[in-house]
Amino acid sequence: MDIQRKVKYEHELDPGFLAKIKRLSHCEEIDRCIQCGTCSSSCPMSVYMDHPPRQIIGFIKNGYREEALSSFTVWLCSSCYTCQVRCPAKIKITDVMYALKREAIENKIYPHRFSIPLLDKEMTKLIARDGRNSEMRLILRLYLKSFKPFNLLKMTPLGLKLMKTGRMSLKRNRIKGRKQLRALVKAIKENGK
Amino acid sequence: MKDYAYFPGCSLKENSKHYEESILPVFKAIGHPLEELEDWNCCGATAYFSVDNDMAAAVCGRNLSLAEKQGKDILAPCAGCYLTLKKSNLFLQSGAPEAKKILGDLKRSGCEYQGRSVVKHPLEVLVREIGLDVIRKKVVRKLTGLKVACYYGCQVVRPYTDFDDPDHPTSLDALMEALGAEPVDYSAKTRCCGGLLTGTIENVGLRLNHLLLKEAKRKGADVIVTVCPLCLFNLELFQDKIIKTYKEDVRIPILFFSQLMGLALGLSRDDLGFSRSTIPLDAFWAKIRNGGQNV
Ligand code: SF4
Ligand code: SF4
Repeated sequence: MDIQRKVKYEHELDPGFLAKIKRLSHCEEIDRCIQCGTCSSSCPMSVYMDHPPRQIIGFIKNGYREEALSSFTVWLCSSCYTCQVRCPAKIKITDVMYALKREAIENKIYPHRFSIPLLDKEMTKLIARDGRNSEMRLILRLYLKSFKPFNLLKMTPLGLKLMKTGRMSLKRNRIKGRKQLRALVKAIKENGK
Repeated sequence: MKDYAYFPGCSLKENSKHYEESILPVFKAIGHPLEELEDWNCCGATAYFSVDNDMAAAVCGRNLSLAEKQGKDILAPCAGCYLTLKKSNLFLQSGAPEAKKILGDLKRSGCEYQGRSVVKHPLEVLVREIGLDVIRKKVVRKLTGLKVACYYGCQVVRPYTDFDDPDHPTSLDALMEALGAEPVDYSAKTRCCGGLLTGTIENVGLRLNHLLLKEAKRKGADVIVTVCPLCLFNLELFQDKIIKTYKEDVRIPILFFSQLMGLALGLSRDDLGFSRSTIPLDAFWAKIRNGGQNV
């Protein structure tokens, strides 16, 4: 059996990672974490996670950048805010998860062909262009890109049910103020740099 | 009561039409007809927060600005829209330098926002503003004997809500009681349905929803009522698959709270979107007939 060292030495860590995450929106309080584990025991997803929320916060505090960013945890987080309302140190854990998702997307660290970041990206593209989003169009776009979040075949009975009850349409929804929206997207982009 | 601009969001125009079809007549029947926020845009849901934080606040800012110009507050029945708009509003009102920057961008693109809009959920307005006494007086058809599992899910009660408890909310239970129905002790009432996970990591999503259905059955509920389109979508449309996967009969109708409210207020069942249920409602209607007067 090949036994490997599981804990990094200090010089292998990223000392700037905590400061970087702290600068992101709603993540200022992160170093108040007392590692009590309330978040992990409250999280409905922790049984599926490689590293439950407490560990993720611990990773950030101690500079384990790669471990935090490549963990599957952030993609399992369903933003239910249970951990956040219960944390005794009032850390906005759900927002920290969002911040890590953005960091992971920006650095392209996520499982290959993994559907969640792509779903998020496609959806925001639709909104920025049309101002609205239609579930069916979103699913189709993703399918055409051959990522299969809602695998079309598997979805057929579901699609039929929606169709029969008049709850699905392929109509393109657009707002009137698209020019305004485009100006807004542009302003934010310019200002963000 | 202040005037509210109704913010449907994408779901209430598509897979959750029956939420719109029931919430609008209910508010009308109670004496506060709602008008749709003119040219609203999608709130961005959880997607924008995962991709671009500034844009997340900005797309919501446009909606808040539209409402402000009309001198109205926003009423958002979808739990996702409610949380996203409320969260972004708090941020834009916070005075933080990043927030000021976004307010500046909004102004430059013709959506000036001064931070005066308020975002509310219909449950909050019905129970805390209009009040159960008023509603009780308008009930003409008590839902006697109907056992209801009140499912709040996540985002209406967490983390920004000030009208109910995030772990043990009671407003929906109280509303159902006011309609004459009998809320069961539903211990899973705020457990997560997994949101989009049913579509992305299916086995995890199915398991979460199985637990929710099972608990409602165990408590003897006739129906689960929800306040959220995504919760309804998961609990209703994945039921067949859950029953097959777990080989357990957890079949139960899933309805919006506003549909039951409409019935109790005496509105015709044909006008409340019941025909959009993909789960047979025969047992439900039998129960309604046996309890209250004929529907
Ligand atoms: S609940 Fe809060 S303080 Fe406790 S481990 Fe989690 S983040 Fe840290
Ligand atoms: S918000 Fe995410 S991390 Fe927190 S309890 Fe919910 S699923 Fe778990």
